[in-house]
Amino acid sequence: MTLTETTYWVVGATFAVYILIAIRSRAGTTQEFYVAGKGIHPVANGMATAADWMSAASFISMAGLIGLSYNGYGGSVFLMGWTGGYVLLAMLIAPYLRKYGKFTVPEFIGDRYYSDTARVVAVICLIICSVTYVIGQMKGIGVAFSRFLETDYETGLFSGMVIVFFYAVLGGMKGITYTQIAQFCVLIFAYTVPAIFISLQLTGQPIPQLGLGSTLADGTYLLQKLDQTLLDLGFQEYTTSVRGSTLNMAAFTASLMIGTAGLPHVIIRFFTVPTVSAARTSAGWALVFIAILYTTAPAVAAMARLNIMQTLQPEPNQHLAIEERPEWFRNWERTGLLGIDDKNGDGHIQYSADPDTNELVMLDNDILVLANPEIAQLPHWVIALVAAGGLAAALSTAAGLLLAISSAISHDLLKRTFMPHISERQELMASRVAMAGAVLGAGYLGLNPPGFAAGTVALAFGLAASSLFPALFLGIFSKRVTREGAILGMLAGLGVTLAYVFQHKGIMFIPGTGFLGDMPPNWFLGIEPNAFGVVGALVNFAVTLAVTYMTAPPPAAVQQLVEEIRVPVSLEPR
Amino acid sequence: MQPEDLEALRGTYWRENRRWMLILGTVWFLVSLGCGVLWVEPLNDFQLGGFKLGFWFAQQGAIYVFIILIFVYARLMARLEQRLGLEEPGE
Repeated sequence: MTLTETTYWVVGATFAVYILIAIRSRAGTTQEFYVAGKGIHPVANGMATAADWMSAASFISMAGLIGLSYNGYGGSVFLMGWTGGYVLLAMLIAPYLRKYGKFTVPEFIGDRYYSDTARVVAVICLIICSVTYVIGQMKGIGVAFSRFLETDYETGLFSGMVIVFFYAVLGGMKGITYTQIAQFCVLIFAYTVPAIFISLQLTGQPIPQLGLGSTLADGTYLLQKLDQTLLDLGFQEYTTSVRGSTLNMAAFTASLMIGTAGLPHVIIRFFTVPTVSAARTSAGWALVFIAILYTTAPAVAAMARLNIMQTLQPEPNQHLAIEERPEWFRNWERTGLLGIDDKNGDGHIQYSADPDTNELVMLDNDILVLANPEIAQLPHWVIALVAAGGLAAALSTAAGLLLAISSAISHDLLKRTFMPHISERQELMASRVAMAGAVLGAGYLGLNPPGFAAGTVALAFGLAASSLFPALFLGIFSKRVTREGAILGMLAGLGVTLAYVFQHKGIMFIPGTGFLGDMPPNWFLGIEPNAFGVVGALVNFAVTLAVTYMTAPPPAAVQQLVEEIRVPVSLEPR
Repeated sequence: MQPEDLEALRGTYWRENRRWMLILGTVWFLVSLGCGVLWVEPLNDFQLGGFKLGFWFAQQGAIYVFIILIFVYARLMARLEQRLGLEEPGE
């Protein structure tokens, strides 16, 4: 069987499983559609949350971001940021929103801040965060299909849409939860198997997390060797190269952490467990399952980077002859992820940090994960598995985001704001229509990605951190915060963050419209736009509190609601 | 229970909860933004096997500590709820 045939079989088998699950878990009520009937076991929900969380970016791009773009230590911002948020979620957000016990995040904000306006502002924040995020997933689906199954991008995207449509429209949260569990199993297996092999080959240690700190065949430590090789080529040392400044790294990490705890598609996963204490342990399990990938990724990053450099330059001053480059190298050149240019015409590839003499002119981040099995000469089924894993990561995240978007439309806008008299059955119908519309809309945006699609995922975190997290946190931890404070705070946080991103990256990311230039000297305190969410969050907190103390306290019923969600059982005087 | 007893119960529960959050949140800050970012340079003078210690915290250690923190918090809260008779039915 050829590689493409094997890939078709493996991907086809996983898709068959997803469809089977979809048919078996149709939703019959709005409670099932929005929160899977609140009957999901905390470990199962942890697994579904992990799949919901780990997107195409985590699976395909993150190791490359760490290993190449951020040159090692700088990439730690993603590792700590995208895991540390779960501690905030488990302690500050999830248990109380689970106790509140309704369906969506804007619904809580609307009730806590006793205002339809607050609910609508929260819906707007949610849609901005989730739509920017979902475009990246749709692109990931199209790219994964076109690379591994040799279809064109449109066909790939369309196939992905059909699958999501099937289980998300039929089953809502219930269907999504069970498919996400299956998708987690596929993606984690696909990620760890090549990592174990590459770790074994380089260090003789089967556990990649330990292999990263082990010695190579020649007795030197892997990281020491990597540092030395990079220094020789004119790069910075792998284990110490800081991204921007210490302040920038701290701000970037904090923004991703706070954003994680404020992203609605993650928060609503914790509405599906039966109890408040299950919401806490479920967050722990989610992080266990996420950590399997997130602690493997830095090992993949370092090992694959070392592998590539040793392929190009087996000994100091001995360079790979272009004619002798391996098969995988030629394969990935065809996709445009690798590119060489023999500038000095000596028939060899010189790789260096100096752009004038560097002859490896294209080295895409994604290559580290995608080409890993071929570099390690693993069998065809492992390569096919990586394709299925990438698709599982993209599909599961897309479905979770689409549910957050469609439930905000059908529940918060329709049922709670504009058409409160519709019946349960009508609302269920509306939620399916909204889901179908969201799938089609996301597909359209995947086909015609707007100019701002490039920086999208990081932007989603900045926006969630600056708009939704402070409103949720203060809504639980303060009885005094008023609707005026929360509404103006959310708008201020969102506005400041968007303004900062736009002024450096262009309005709606259109090149040339940024009026301060995309240059570090113009950055506020040297903080890059992707790391600005934490500043937006501070602005949100400041505005909310200032306005709160200028306005009348919330009504007694709202203060009672806050008291109620803080304790796991309802305490009525008997 | 009388309304004033309920008030006292709520107060005790919330005070203890906030205390644990503060303690565990401090650890959370120290291992990630502390050991992983602010003090990474001095920590890198120490080795943990083949890792520089600061680098290990940033790419491995912080994540392991996060997991422990969540399960410790869940356990502490379960114990607190048991002590105060606030367990949920159907667990």
